[in-house]
Amino acid sequence: MIFEYAPAPESRSVVSLRETYDLFIDGEFTPARSGEYLTTLNPADEEKLAQVAVAAPEDVDRAVAAARRAYDTVWSRMSGAERGKYLFRIARIIQERSRELAVLESMDNGKPIKETRDVDLPLVAAHFFYYAGWADKLSHAGLGPDPRPLGVAAQVIPWNFPLLMLAWKIAPALATGNTVVLKPAETTPLTALVFAQICQEADLPPGVVNILTGAGETGRALVQHPGTDKVAFTGSTEVGRQIARAVAGTDKRVTLELGGKGANIVYDDAALDQAVEGVVSGIFFNQGHVCCAGSRLLVQESIAEEFLPRLKERISKLRLGDPLDKNTDIGAINSAAQLERVRELTATADEENVERWSPACELPERGYWFAPTVLTGVSQAHRVAREEIFGPVLSVLTFRTPEEAVTKANNTPYGLSAGVWTEKGSRMLWTAERLRAGVIWSNTFNKFDPTSPFGGYKESGYGREGGRHGLEAYLG
Amino acid sequence: MAERRENKKKGAAKAGAKAEAAGTAAGAGAVPARLAVRKTYKLYLGGAFPRSESGRSYPVASADGTHLANASLASRKDARDAVGAARKAFGGWSGRTAYNRGQILYRVAEVMEGRREQFAARLVDARGLSRAEADRTVSTAVDRWVYYAGWTDKFAQVLGGANPVSGPFYNHSAPEPTGVVAVFAPQDAPLLGLTSVIAPVIATGNTAVVVTSEKAPLAAIDLAEVLATSDLPGGVVNLLTGKAAEIGPHLASHADVNALDLTGAGTSAVEFEKAAADTLTRVLRPGPEAEGGEDAWFDADPGTSRMTPFLETKTVWHPVGV
Repeated sequence: MIFEYAPAPESRSVVSLRETYDLFIDGEFTPARSGEYLTTLNPADEEKLAQVAVAAPEDVDRAVAAARRAYDTVWSRMSGAERGKYLFRIARIIQERSRELAVLESMDNGKPIKETRDVDLPLVAAHFFYYAGWADKLSHAGLGPDPRPLGVAAQVIPWNFPLLMLAWKIAPALATGNTVVLKPAETTPLTALVFAQICQEADLPPGVVNILTGAGETGRALVQHPGTDKVAFTGSTEVGRQIARAVAGTDKRVTLELGGKGANIVYDDAALDQAVEGVVSGIFFNQGHVCCAGSRLLVQESIAEEFLPRLKERISKLRLGDPLDKNTDIGAINSAAQLERVRELTATADEENVERWSPACELPERGYWFAPTVLTGVSQAHRVAREEIFGPVLSVLTFRTPEEAVTKANNTPYGLSAGVWTEKGSRMLWTAERLRAGVIWSNTFNKFDPTSPFGGYKESGYGREGGRHGLEAYLG
Repeated sequence: MAERRENKKKGAAKAGAKAEAAGTAAGAGAVPARLAVRKTYKLYLGGAFPRSESGRSYPVASADGTHLANASLASRKDARDAVGAARKAFGGWSGRTAYNRGQILYRVAEVMEGRREQFAARLVDARGLSRAEADRTVSTAVDRWVYYAGWTDKFAQVLGGANPVSGPFYNHSAPEPTGVVAVFAPQDAPLLGLTSVIAPVIATGNTAVVVTSEKAPLAAIDLAEVLATSDLPGGVVNLLTGKAAEIGPHLASHADVNALDLTGAGTSAVEFEKAAADTLTRVLRPGPEAEGGEDAWFDADPGTSRMTPFLETKTVWHPVGV
């Protein structure tokens, strides 16, 4: 029996967009000194959503000065309990406005409403709620009897989980008594600007949170600004390297959450239906715009012939289209530039004689779209097995022995995530022990929680976000 | 040196280069009853004691300028070989049980205790310490091995734990060693300072490539003899005597080095940190104790501060269900 799905779009009416958004500095929205604006689009239809100010270096100066003032005069002097109450208040307002934020996030980012509504927004609220409770308990965090905040944190976040990455940066920074200047991604600034309104609504003291919109230049000016004490960055490994170089010789502390090329290992004794679901969500969740995506499937050779058809059958059932439709599984690629990168890297598979498969799948005429893609016959030398594609493209490799699986999984400069599918507990633990990655999902994938530390080994960066470990990045 | 002292009247000799020099002068012209057997100072690499592949050495003098010995002047290739040896040893060492690592570190303390005399004399020579200061330094160094021997099976409990996630999942975080750590040992603290930077790195399961104090490298090679006879697998600690400024850049930019301890890197520290950025190598910047002598390292409880920079946190999820 085949069920036809009728369109079930979530209403946009919960969102009221302004035509232009200015910078949020010292508790007020203020035009950028540059006078420049950039346009943010809905990647699903290329319609213009709003104009957003581009912060110039003098705006970065203003924001850092405001953050310093707020740190010196208010935030570092406030009791942890009171700081925590501000964060609890913010968590509550996010819950109250979660539908509005979910719809806006889907419009600006292109990810399905199912994900923003059920994953991003609940995690955002939970993250603030979790760190709120730490604010008056820092002496119990195992970081010394009287851990001190660092001062002003410069934070730069990517476009794949715009508001969630904001929460991961701002919540622990504020809970520990730091003030922040945060730059959201060029293509997804809108939920961060609504967050600025939420800070106003929560009566957060001016200057504690400053939001600077802009592109790469703004980010560079912010992370290199001499007036900050801490740099926290999530994004590409290349920019991560530049930041690590730029802070050498300073007293600044740094945490970097960078790229990945996660392996998802399926052993021959795995529960195959569950493994299929896990492999699908591992790579197609958020269109594969996930640094910890399971972009390399390592399937044991003895079950590959059975597993791959089942996987492809499941992928053919994925629904690609309008991100605001509640039935949509795969939304739009975030930007034209990202679509180009995904196409370019996937094209190397064709050149290298890798077999490429996508389900019959109609792509909308307008917007940025890429069909879910499975590449088989991939070897470790192929570019699609080595480089992060950051799109809905799965590279399939096989292995014979557990040792080979681990060796192949670890054969990457990255080390952010990995998956293990087996019904045998001892084999799972054996494998998890040997995988050089910060997060191991066994018999599950792409699960996140504010209490659970997240971050990478090797060139996936350093430092952890989430949990007690996440406090360490903001305390001296 | 110790043997030569035996030629003189018991109790008259003062340990140290001055005594040796004086003894030599006093004995000038006389036929010695027995010629002392001097030690050739070599590198410690992969569990063996090779000379530098470059064939180079450099003179090492005591605090007052007397020539003590020639140390091997490690080269870029020695540094690369050391990284290779450390990488090779990493799987085995990090795979040992924490209890076993603890016993081996404790064994280091035991063997070192038996050589107190040698280490104390070395410090009197190298640093011009009084005998009492030297004794105290050696005692603290031995105790430091005992201290970290006790940490091997505790840091994971202190730093890791269960995470109460909001869902039906078992979720657990534990620290793991980052891999190969290049350690620039403090320049003015050749024994206690050296011990204090090596022990935390290997206690947690990392392997180390250590660039010793350039001007006082001999204690490091004495320590290598202790390590080599304490059941510490070859390659877990590799000691390079020579110039940090010369071999440091190669270690800092080496893609198979996971972390740097820049304590003794001096004015090169910033350059090394920049080089490390290319492969996102973890960096521990020089702290306030970096420029100090042995007395800067006397704190009996350094805590976890020299272990955490070389640890990664791994978080494992698993569903809970029937």
